This record gives sequence, C-alpha cells and structure tokens, in this order.
Amino acid sequence: MTAGRLKLVGQIAAIGLVAALLALLIWKVAGGSESEVEGLGSGKTPRAPGFKLPRLTGEGKLSLASYRGKAVVVNFWASWCIPCKTEAPRLEKAWRTYRDRGVVVLGVNSQDVSSDARRFAKQVGWTYPLVRDGPGDILGPYAVAAFPETFFVDRRGKLVARIDGEVSEDELAANIERALT
Amino acid sequence: MKRLVVTAVVALVLPSSALAACPELRSLEGELMCPTCGTTLELSNAPAANQIRRFVCERAAAGDSKGEIKDKLVADFGPGVLASPPKEGFDLLAWLLPVLGVVLGAATIAVLVVRWSRRGESEPGPDEPSSNGRAELDPALEKRLEEELARFE
Repeated sequence: MTAGRLKLVGQIAAIGLVAALLALLIWKVAGGSESEVEGLGSGKTPRAPGFKLPRLTGEGKLSLASYRGKAVVVNFWASWCIPCKTEAPRLEKAWRTYRDRGVVVLGVNSQDVSSDARRFAKQVGWTYPLVRDGPGDILGPYAVAAFPETFFVDRRGKLVARIDGEVSEDELAANIERALT
Repeated sequence: MKRLVVTAVVALVLPSSALAACPELRSLEGELMCPTCGTTLELSNAPAANQIRRFVCERAAAGDSKGEIKDKLVADFGPGVLASPPKEGFDLLAWLLPVLGVVLGAATIAVLVVRWSRRGESEPGPDEPSSNGRAELDPALEKRLEEELARFE
C-alpha cells in the first residue's frame, strides 16, 4: 500500500470514528431525556412501561403484564425513605379493601439494601406482592426522581394517574376508582 | 418540625461517628457511589448513602473482607454502586482504552518525529550550491554567467 493510500485510509477511519462518537452522543442525549410516561399529567394515558422483576421475598419473578385485566397500583419505595414508612399502612389498607374488586397493589423496591428492604416490609406488615429492582432500571422509564411515587394502571395497562411523594387515603381511593373504570 | 430537626442532626452526625467506629468505611467511602445522588459516598449525606455506610460497618463487624462487602453491594445495587468499573468483562474496556489511547498517541508522535528528522537529513546542507531552494542552473547557462561576471572584474 502506497503512503498516499495509507493516509487516505487513515483519514477515512478518523472521520468514521468521529461520526460514530457523535451519533452515540446524540442517541444518548435524545434517549436520556425521553420518558415513556410523559404526558400523563396533561390528560394522556400512556401505556405503563412493562417490567419483569424478581420477588423481594420468595422465588420467581413477577411481570406487570401478568396483571392485565386488573387495576394495578404500582408503588416505588425504599426502606431508607421516611414517607414510604408513613404511607405504608394506607397502601396495605387499599390492597385489603379493593383486592376483591380486581385491584392489585404492587410494591417496587429500588436502590436499597435487600436485607433492609425485607425487614422493612415485614415491619410494616405488607401482604401484597413486592418485587425488587436494586439498580433502579425501571426508574427511568417511569421517570421516578424520588421515593415514594405511586402509579395507577387501568385494566388495559394504561397509566391513568401518578402521585409524587406520600400518597393519601383519598388519593388512593379516587385514583383506584379511576383505574377501575 | 421536631422530627425534621432530629433527622437533620442524625444525618450530620452519622458519617463522622461511623468513621470513628468503623475504619473500613474510610477506605471504602471513596470507592462506592451513593445510588441516589451520583457522587461517591464520602461526598454524600443522603439517606441511601447513610444506609450503605451502616451496611459496610455491619458487614465489616461480621468479618467480611472489603471485596466481600463490595460483592454484596453489587449484588444489591448493580455495578453502578462501584465508583470505578470492575476490571473484567466489557468493563475492562474502560481501563484498557485510555492506556491504548496513550500508547497509540505516543507511537504516532514517535513516527512523525522520526519522519520529520529524516526529511531534514535528506535535504541539502547550507554549504551546497542549491541551498537557496531553487533548481541548479543549466551547465551552459552557468558557464555563460561566469563569463559575463568575468568581464566585469
């Protein structure tokens, strides 16, 4: 290969590398700002991002899709979060009140030490299904910035409401009814 | 309000008291990330960071080595809890690529320096006739120029 040809190949490779890095940057920037639940506050009902996560206690995995046909209250929590402890009895009460009407409360534990999370769940006496997302992989798709956060999914798998922070009994009741309709 | 004050005091006091009671924490704080704040543990007072501090001290007291504590945290939080990527699998690239970049850069500079110095050597020296960079004169023209110059002497 002549020196001129070698130089040309080098230049093409350098341009290709720069273009690839630029494309990667654009893809990451564009993808990072996009959440699947955007528009929920403005009356839209986007599809609830799917997930399949291991149970916090016990074996196996649970997926959101397995509850299709039921209204689901998805509550994101961590054991170090003080409001999560305050709202815990309200979630348990909602589960016991509405389960016969086709409502499931699903707790998603994230960014937490698993042994602390199990201890917490036992302390507050939760009996509804709990799953674990240690690294917080589904926090992005749900745009969860802080705990606790609660989402209401209707029977068709669409998000109908979200509550940032501690959820009250009234908010639970009103949004569960909305998810059931 | 009272609860808020107590929480704030506990959050401020915990790291320093934990450091005194648990020397392992001092060596690990810079190597672990707070999962909610994106900084190392030593720069964070977030509840999640304090939870990890407590976990480190509990496991150290139970006899776990530094590596075992890290492995348990990675199992719970994923590799993102480590401040630097592990030196295995795909993450090994994060360690190798900078070294590769430095080596390639040094090699490129070395090649260019050698090439430039050779080019300098192959050029004619300052004492040679064509040192002005122009092409040498045709012998007939040069002879004629010398004759003309001789006429003026």
